Amino acid sequence: MSIVDVIRDGNEPAQGLKPRGEQTARELLREVGAVLRMSEAEAARLGDLPVDPSEDQTMIINMGPQHPSTHGVLRLMLELQGETVLRCKPIIGYLHTGMEKTAESLTYMQGGTNVTRMDYLSPLNNELVFSLAVEKLLGIEDDIPERAVWMRMLLSELNRMSSHLLFLATNGMDIGAVSMMIYGWREREEVLRFFQKVTGLRMNHNFIRPGGVAADLPAGWRDDVLFLLDMIPPRLDEYDVLMTGQPIWRDRLQGVGVITAEEALALGATGPILRSTGVPWDLRRDMPYLRYEEMEFDVVVGGYGDAYDRYAIRLNEIRESIRIVHQILDRMPGGDVRIQNKKVTPPPRARIDESMEALIHHFKIFTEGFKVPEGEVYVAIESPRGEIGCYIASDGSPTPYRMHMRAPSFVNIQCLPHMMRGGLVADAVAVISSVDPVLGEVDR
Amino acid sequence: MSDSTSTDAPATLYGVPLTDSRGQRVLHPTRAEYLKVVKQLLSDTFTMCSDLTAVDFLTHAGRTLPDGIAPERFEVVVNLLSIERRERIRVRVQVPGDDATLPSLFDMFPGTEAMEREVYDMFGIVFTDHPDLTRILMPEDWDGFPLRKDYETGRIPVQFTADFPARPEAGAQ
Repeated sequence: MSIVDVIRDGNEPAQGLKPRGEQTARELLREVGAVLRMSEAEAARLGDLPVDPSEDQTMIINMGPQHPSTHGVLRLMLELQGETVLRCKPIIGYLHTGMEKTAESLTYMQGGTNVTRMDYLSPLNNELVFSLAVEKLLGIEDDIPERAVWMRMLLSELNRMSSHLLFLATNGMDIGAVSMMIYGWREREEVLRFFQKVTGLRMNHNFIRPGGVAADLPAGWRDDVLFLLDMIPPRLDEYDVLMTGQPIWRDRLQGVGVITAEEALALGATGPILRSTGVPWDLRRDMPYLRYEEMEFDVVVGGYGDAYDRYAIRLNEIRESIRIVHQILDRMPGGDVRIQNKKVTPPPRARIDESMEALIHHFKIFTEGFKVPEGEVYVAIESPRGEIGCYIASDGSPTPYRMHMRAPSFVNIQCLPHMMRGGLVADAVAVISSVDPVLGEVDR
Repeated sequence: MSDSTSTDAPATLYGVPLTDSRGQRVLHPTRAEYLKVVKQLLSDTFTMCSDLTAVDFLTHAGRTLPDGIAPERFEVVVNLLSIERRERIRVRVQVPGDDATLPSLFDMFPGTEAMEREVYDMFGIVFTDHPDLTRILMPEDWDGFPLRKDYETGRIPVQFTADFPARPEAGAQ
C-alpha cells in the first residue's frame, strides 16, 4: 500500500466510529484490549461485553464538539446500549491551526508567542519547555542567571496552581457542584492577577524566553505572592468541606473511569492520570530540571486510578506547589534575569542610543533572529497535565527546522475509550473532566 | 547498557549506531531493524513511548548521521522512556520519500496510535499494521500533508464570498 493508494482510491477510512458490523477484530483491539497487550482473539472475545448486542440494539451518538462538558471542541462518538457506553472514539482537530507549521517560520525569539497559545491554561510551562530546548541547542543551559531560573520555577509553580484551580472549578461544574465553579475561577483569577502584574498579561504571556525571562519581578511582588500563599490554603480546606468529604461527591466519582497502572503506561498517559494509578512518576522529582532537585515536596499518588483519585491528586498538588513556592521565596537570588550574551539577548533600549554595536545586535536579533547550531534535542518537563516535551530540529538557521510539541493532553485523551467502556453515559462527563484535556494543546 | 563500547570504536547498542545529541542518547536503526530494536528496548525496561514524530528533511539533506546510515527524506523520531531507570532514549529511523512506509509500533505501545495517525496526517508516512490510519487533525478530505516542506504556506481562498456592500469612502457624505 503506497501513500497514493490511500489518498486516491477514495477508500480512505472514515475518522468516525464505524458501526459494529463493519469493525474488524483489530480495530476492536484498539478500542478495548490493546492496552492489555492482548491477542486479537482475546480482544474479539472482550468485544462481546457487556451483553453481545445486535446492531439494532445500539445507537451511535455524537457528544460534542459543542457539548459544554467537553472542555472546548472535543467530539466523542459513543456507541450506547441504553445508558451504557459500549465504545467511544474521541475525534479531534477542530482547533487545529497548524502551530507546528507556523513555528517553522518564526524565529526562536518569536517562537514563545506561538507555543504559549497551545496549552492556554499553563502557558508559562509551554514557554519554559520551549526555552529549555532552545537553550540546550545553543549550549547555554548552564549559563542562565540564577534569578531567571528561580523566577521560572516560581512562575511555573504558580501556573500549576492556577491550572489546577481551574480544573477544580470545571470538575465541580461538570459534576454538578456549580458553586465550586465560582470558587475555582475566583481563586484562579487572583493568581492571574499576579501574572498580569509580572508579565503584563493574564494569559499567553511570552514571558519566559530563550536566555532567561523578559523582565525582572515588579516591586512588591513578594507581598503579592505571600498574599496568594495565605489566601489559598484556607480556600482549599473549604473545598475539602464542600467536596472531598461529601458522600454525593464521592459516589459520583469513586470507581468511575478506572484505569490501571499497566494500561496508563501502555497508553503513554502521564501526569495526574498516571499518578492516580499509584505510579509515583513526576518529572520534577525523577528527572529534575531548573532547581527542583533542591526542593522539598511530595509526589502525590493515588491507589485506585479512578476519577476521585485524579481529583484528589490535583487538589493536593496545589498544596505541594504552595510548599515549593514558600521555599522559592526564601531562596530567591538577586542578579540578572537574562543571559548576558549579545547574540541571544537584545541590548537594553538605552544602550542603543550610545553604542553602534548594540544597535547592530538589536537590528540583527529583531530582523533576522539569532542562529542556533545544527542539531536536534528533546526536552520534557512536568506540566499540570503531564509530560510536555519539545522536540526541535535545527538546521543552523534562525528559525527551527522543525518544532514539535509532545502535548500531554493529546496523549492522555487516548485513555478516554478505555475509561468509559462499560460505564454510564452520565459518567462520561465525569471521565472527560477528570482527564482535564486542553483542546488548544490537543489540536495545536 | 551492556554492549555500548568505549569511545574509540563507534558506539553501538543492539548492533545499531548510537550517537550523542546534546547529551541525549540517540539510536539509528535502519527500517528493517526498527521493530527489532524497539522490541529490545521495550524488554529492556523502556516501557513507555512518550513521543513519536517525524521531520521532513527535504530542504536540509546534508545533516550529520553516523556511518552506514544514508540520509533519506523523512526521519521518524521515537522517544522512549524507562520509568524504572529514569532514562530516555531516542530512536531516529530514515524513511525514503518515494516509499514512505514504516511498521507501526501499536502492538508494543498502544499509546502511539494517535501519534502515528498525526504523523500520517501531517507527513503522509504510512504505518503498516496500524489499526485505524486516518487523518486525525485535518479534515478527512484534505489534500496534501501540511508539515511536508514542499507544502505551500500562505493564503487560502476564503469560502465566504457573499457580496458585502462596499464601505462608503471616508468623507464622502
